[in-house]
Parts: sequence; structure tokens; C-alpha cells
Amino acid sequence: MSKGRIPHWADVTLVPLTSVLLAFVISAILIWAIGESPWAAVKLMVEGAFGSSYGWGYTLFYATNFIFTGLAVAVAFQARLFNIGGEGQALLGGLGVALVCLYIPWPHWSLALIAASLGAAVFGAAWAFIPGYLQARRGSHIVITTIMFNFIAASLLGYFLVNVLRPQGAQDPSSPRFPAETALPKLHEILGVFGIPFSTVPPVNISLLVAVGMCFAVWFMLWRTRLGYQIRAFGESEPAAEYAGISPARITIYVMLISGALAGLMAVNSVMGEQQRLVLNAVEGAGFIGIAVALMGRNHPFGVFLAAMLFGFLYQGGAELALWTGIPRELIVVIQALVILFTGALDNMVRIPIARLFAMRGAR
Amino acid sequence: MITAKTARARRSDPGMTQTSTDMMRQDTAASASYAIELRGISKAFGPVQANKDISIRVRRGTIHGIVGENGAGKSTLMSILYGFYRADSGEILINGHPTEIPDSLAAIRAGVGMVFQHFKLVENFTVLENVILGAEAGGLLRPSLAKARGLLKDLAREFELNVDPDALIENLSVGHQQRVEILKALYREADILILDEPTGVLTPSEADHLFRILRGLKEQGKTIILITHKLREIMDVTDEVSVMRRGEMVATRTTSETSPTELAELMVGRKVLLRVEKTPARPGEEVLRVDGLRLVDAQGVERLRSIGFELRAGEIVGIAGVAGNGQSELLEVLAGLRPAEGQAWMNGQPLPLSGRDCDAQARRARRIAHVPEDRHRRGLVLNFHAWENTALGYHHDPLYNPHSWKMDNAAIIRDTQAKMDAFDVRPPDPHLKASGFSGGNQQKLVLAREIEHAPDVLLVGQPTRGVDIGAIEFIHQRLIKLRDSGSAILLVSVELDEILSLSDRIIVMFDGKIMGERLPDQTNAQELGLMMAGMA
Repeated sequence: MSKGRIPHWADVTLVPLTSVLLAFVISAILIWAIGESPWAAVKLMVEGAFGSSYGWGYTLFYATNFIFTGLAVAVAFQARLFNIGGEGQALLGGLGVALVCLYIPWPHWSLALIAASLGAAVFGAAWAFIPGYLQARRGSHIVITTIMFNFIAASLLGYFLVNVLRPQGAQDPSSPRFPAETALPKLHEILGVFGIPFSTVPPVNISLLVAVGMCFAVWFMLWRTRLGYQIRAFGESEPAAEYAGISPARITIYVMLISGALAGLMAVNSVMGEQQRLVLNAVEGAGFIGIAVALMGRNHPFGVFLAAMLFGFLYQGGAELALWTGIPRELIVVIQALVILFTGALDNMVRIPIARLFAMRGAR
Repeated sequence: MITAKTARARRSDPGMTQTSTDMMRQDTAASASYAIELRGISKAFGPVQANKDISIRVRRGTIHGIVGENGAGKSTLMSILYGFYRADSGEILINGHPTEIPDSLAAIRAGVGMVFQHFKLVENFTVLENVILGAEAGGLLRPSLAKARGLLKDLAREFELNVDPDALIENLSVGHQQRVEILKALYREADILILDEPTGVLTPSEADHLFRILRGLKEQGKTIILITHKLREIMDVTDEVSVMRRGEMVATRTTSETSPTELAELMVGRKVLLRVEKTPARPGEEVLRVDGLRLVDAQGVERLRSIGFELRAGEIVGIAGVAGNGQSELLEVLAGLRPAEGQAWMNGQPLPLSGRDCDAQARRARRIAHVPEDRHRRGLVLNFHAWENTALGYHHDPLYNPHSWKMDNAAIIRDTQAKMDAFDVRPPDPHLKASGFSGGNQQKLVLAREIEHAPDVLLVGQPTRGVDIGAIEFIHQRLIKLRDSGSAILLVSVELDEILSLSDRIIVMFDGKIMGERLPDQTNAQELGLMMAGMA
């Protein structure tokens, strides 16, 4: 059954929604099986994530992370490159943020934000450049190299934290706190300007706007610029790209630079916006969640935004669930995994029946 | 000869009348002298009828050739025999027995072995390991290896099939790798051996060696089917030859009673020429000149050998040849898709054939446009809208990029609309995906893109492959019109009609070389056919 049989609107809405629904149904059965009430669990998750400005704040904070890493994977996938290295690129982005914030005195957060964003993007891009170069010029497969580079990045970061950034005498492998001038305005401060009350607790900050801006920028780059045209042509058909005189090696390297920069930008939210210092595990798996987000978002920036919101909800709702019920933390991970499984790996299981449904309706 | 199966049938049916038993015995006896008999085999891929009601009988202990142009359906037929495809209808008899061949395992069981054009060997295994692969006796390798080693020694003695059993495949020459493929089939006790274009990758001396092996096998009673488009090989080695054309089996001849001329005629067919209205060419300045062009592919096979020709403004030069004789490679080299050795000049200026400045963008900058042979793979991005495909290759055109990096999509869409109207593309919808157009309309999209940029040289490969008759005429007219406006056109086509009716000069290629040049009104399909087969 070809993909073309499903109308476009159904392909981008019905298919992912059905997948998510199926994942939730199975999750509900699991929750019921361990003796908890699925209905209460859903209620708790939704209330925890969206019931208050506190919940919203955390949901949006997580979503910001996932937008960056999701965009990174989505851009690479437009060129049919599977960048699994978002985790490592984001870690290096964190190093870039830390260096910019610690070693340059900034008079105002806005200048610090621009410089830290550049630092994060450059470090992330540089980390993605090496696998990109190896694939383009040496034929080493990008999936393998980016995975390996995640481990190298973790070790490299450990070295920097322990031997370079750690303050004298501190036991904790982390950088000193960034100067107060580099603290990014929280969402409640921004909304406060318009007189809208918002919880002061959650770490959601101005990076959210950067992330939304990046969604638009990536969309514009892909569908309105020559570079994006070349990336998409290369992704759809390498022989055709070659015929058009688009250099596969050059596009591979460009795409990996952009992808790495986007992954690196995630650190602006987590390192600069939340922790205000660089710690060992600053990325917390967001690089991998980005793969699921891109997959579910159909590698389109708008889809990535929506999928990132869903995963933000799962993260925040899941945390609430673990806090208030006997449902163990591990089950939350299972629920998240089910969503990934259904939206990503089992895509055709949902797609084919829906396509059949449309074919039947068309025949009538 | 009464086989076990008929004997069993008779035992189980004592009431069978004497006459029917006799008839059966006769029938079996007659069929049994044929190793393979195909009856009414048909196979369609979508709308394309690859094999149409094909019947053929291959005598046991002979070498039977099957010739035909590319796309005539030879390989499909053999894939049916080897269980890769299932025929839509028809019957296969092996040694007189109706046999179902649902997969290659069944084919091997029936004693059919196949040597593919592209070898199926594990590169980092030894010869011995490859020979037993999939035919190991039991869980331990040692007995199988010992058996294979013994067999290899015997075969080496008998048929000059000598290969070092412990050599790694990746260290063997192409000719030796092919011998391993033959050994694989013999190890599986194949009585019938099918070879698909076996000499395509061989040097002439390796080919002669292969034929000696085949003759030896024939003397041992093996049956061999040889698929090729080289008439010289057919005349050299086969006992009988069948000719296929456009999915049909058009004739079977005894090799000693036929001639290359007759076979060439049968292969090409006396088709009605599609005459194209055109005035005599008025060739002008020389625009493209090529000298000593040489291309060696990754396997080390020489694909182009010292090609030299010139192309003048306002003329169409056709390159005739059976597919696979270097025409495609020549187009790709000229279009900047693969580097080669040799020299070329464009409008009097040197044109680099390798190095940094040798890609499709550089060629377009030198006003060389290209309609590729494979529009699905190269000419179009099937998942792109028609308008996005209009910019393919011309995405640097200032018309589409008023601000260097930003694309003016609206301008491209307008331009696509204009091109669609000019070339009568149906439906004239720039927002339709390229995959949604018919073959003819897809080709028109590609042609519109390349022709409307008014190139100095247009390279065209198979312009009407898979295109309906109406569109063929239109495409031919457009090419003539481009010629008359002063462009030079290099046309590669396996359709001899097309070459004859469009070209002002015809160059014939065979085996990577130029066999000669003819004027279309001073030659005919038969002469060209012989040249294409390397006979002239």
C-alpha cells in the first residue's frame, strides 16, 4: 500500500494521533495490571502537566529541550542522514555555553544570550562536523560515528569539568556558578511585563522563544532557500542531486553543521537557563528523545514543535505520577518508550489500516 | 526413456489403457530429449508485458543461445526459470516433467544452475567456502569442504576450471570469479547451466577460455543456455539460437544454418520507421570536441576506449549501440557525472574531464545541458513537486534566486507554468508531484527544463524510453526545433528507428569503442545492427 493513498492532512494528523492513542491504551492496561487506576493516572498526568502554571512551566521547559534536539535530527533527516549524536553535540554545546559565560564578563543577559547561543552552536556544530566529514570524505557511516562521538563527548566533558572548570577544592565535578548577569529571564518575568501571572518556580525561560524562532528558521531554510532546496534534493535522491551538480560531500557536511548547531543550542536552555552552571549530565537523554520527536513530527519543524510538546507533557506528567502514586518511575519510561515504539517503529502498523480505510471510502 | 515418475504413475493406475500408456511413453520420450521446455510463458510488470506467450525448447546436451536487445525480456525469462519471478501463465518442463519453480531452491533441486551477470559471491570468503555456501552437508563444515576440494580438483583437470580453492574471492580476477560461480552451480549438481551475459565483464582471452569450458561441459552432457547480445559469441559457441524482441520469441535457428546478418535483422526487427519531418541540417561551427576519451570503471574494466568525435552547431549526432557498450558512460562523462581521462574542448576552450571543476554545475555553466537516460533516478526528484523539479540543476539561476541564497518560489512556479504550457505537459499543474505524471509527461518536464535554457550542447539519453507514441512525436519535433535554432545535440538511443530518423550523422559504438560513422541516408538498420554487434 503506497503512502500516497492517504490524504496529506490525515498523514500528518490521523496517523500520529492514532499511534499515540494506541500507546496510551497499552499504557493504561499496564497501569491497570499493576493495580492502579488508569483513569486516575491520566488525570494526574494531565493536571500535573497542564493544570497549573507550575505544571505548564515544566512542560514548556522540557519541550524547549526537545524542540532543539528534535530539529537537529529532523534537519539531518531531510538529507537522509541519521544523526544519533544529538546527545554529544548538546553536551559540547553546554561546554561552549559555560566557556562563554564564565570567561567573558557580560554587562547584560541579552548580550550573554547571543554570545552563549553562538558558543553553543559553534561547539555543537564542530562536534557534528567530524562525523559529517568522515561520512562525506571517508565513507564512515554517520550512525556509527555519531553514536561513538556521544561517548567521546561525555568523557571529554568529564575531563573538562574535573580538570579545568571545577573550582579549587570542590568535590562536585561541575563548573562554578555563572555570574548573575548571565541569568536568563524566566517566563514569569517575561509574562509579568504584560501583567500575566505565572509560577516563578519552573525553569522555563526565554530560550523557549529562541526554540520557537528556530522552528521558523529551519522551516524557512528548508523550503525557502537554495541551501534547503539542495538539502532536500540530496535527501530525496542522491543520483538526481549529483545530476543537478549538488555535491553530496558538501551537503553532508553543511547539514551536519546545522544539525550539530541546533543540538548544541539545547544547552542554552538547560545549562544557561536552568542550572546556571555546567554539570556532568547536563543533557539528560534529551538528545535521544530528539530522535523520537523528529520521527513523530515527520521531520517538519511544526511537527517537531507539537511532538516536543507531547514529550514535554510525558516528562512533566510522568514526574508527577511518580511523585504522587505507587506507579514506579520505571513505568513512566515504559510509557514514553511505548509512544516512541508506536510513532516510530510501528508507523506502518497504523498507516496501512488507515490507508485501507481511505481506499474503502474512496471506492464507495 | 521411462522415468521413475511415469513408472510410479503406471503402477498406481493399473486400469490405464494400453494406448494411453503408449501415448504417454511417446510424449515423455519426445519431451525428454529437451532439457528445458517452456510453453506459453507470459509475465507482466504493471502495464509492461515483459514476456509474451513464450515457448522454447532447449535440447539436452547443447549450447542454446538467446539473443535480443536490452529490454527484450531475456533476463525476465531466465529469472522465471530460476524462480525469481513467477510467470503469470505458462508451463515449465524440465527433462520432460512439468515443474513448478516457486523459488531458486526449487530450481536448484530441478538441476538448474545460474551464473549471474553480477556475481553473487562473498568477497571475504575463500573459493571453497563460497562453493559450499548454502549447500553444506550437515552442521560441520569439514566434510563439505573436503568434498568440494575433491570436486574442484576433478573439474580443474577436466575443464580447465582451475581456481585456487583457498584464494579469497576479493583477490581473484573477474574471470576467475566467474569460474567460481560456475563451480558453485556444478557443486549443486546442476545439469542445466544458465549464463546471463557472461562475457560482459571479461577480456577477449578470458571469454575464449570461458567458451572452452562451456564446450567441455557440453561434451559431458550438460545443457547450457547462453544469454547475450553479442552475435560473435552466438556464432562461435552455440548449437541453436533463439531471438527475442520486445518480450516475444521471434525465431529459433540452428546456428550453422543462420548468419549474423539474419540474426541482426531478427533482433532489431523490420519496424516501420517513424519518419520525422525535418529539413537537412546546416551544421555550423564546431562546439564540442572530444579526443582520446578513456574511462576505466571500479572493477578495472575499460568502459570507453579512445573516443574521439566532434559536434557542430545545428546538427544531431546519434550514437547507436546495444545498451551496455559505453554510450551511457559517454553521456555521464560529458555531463560531468563521472571523471575520465582524455581531452575535450567546448567552444574552443578546454573542458576539464576530471578534477575539481568537473561536475554537472560546471557543465551547465559551459552551456551543456543533459536529459539523462534514467529520468526516475537522475532527471527528476520523484517526491518533489513539478516546480521544484524545474529548478533542479538550475537552482543557481539568478531568475530563481534574486537574493543569492533565498529562492523565489513564486518565480519558479510561474516559470514552470510557462514551460508546462509550452511543452503541453498534462496536467499543467506545477504543484503536482513528479511521480504523479505519466512517463511521457515526466519526460516533457525534463526536456522543457533543459531545452528552454537554450544550451549550446544538449546531451540526450533515451529520450522516448517508456513514452507513449503521441509524446514521442512531440519530443522528436522539439529536438529538431532545438537543432534548427543552432544547438548541437548528442543523442544516445537503443531505438535504431529513433537514431535513423533524428540523426544527421550516426556514430556506432561497440565495446567502448567507436566502430564507425555513417550518414543516415546511406545506411540501413541491418548494416548498423552488424556494426552494433561488433561484426563490421
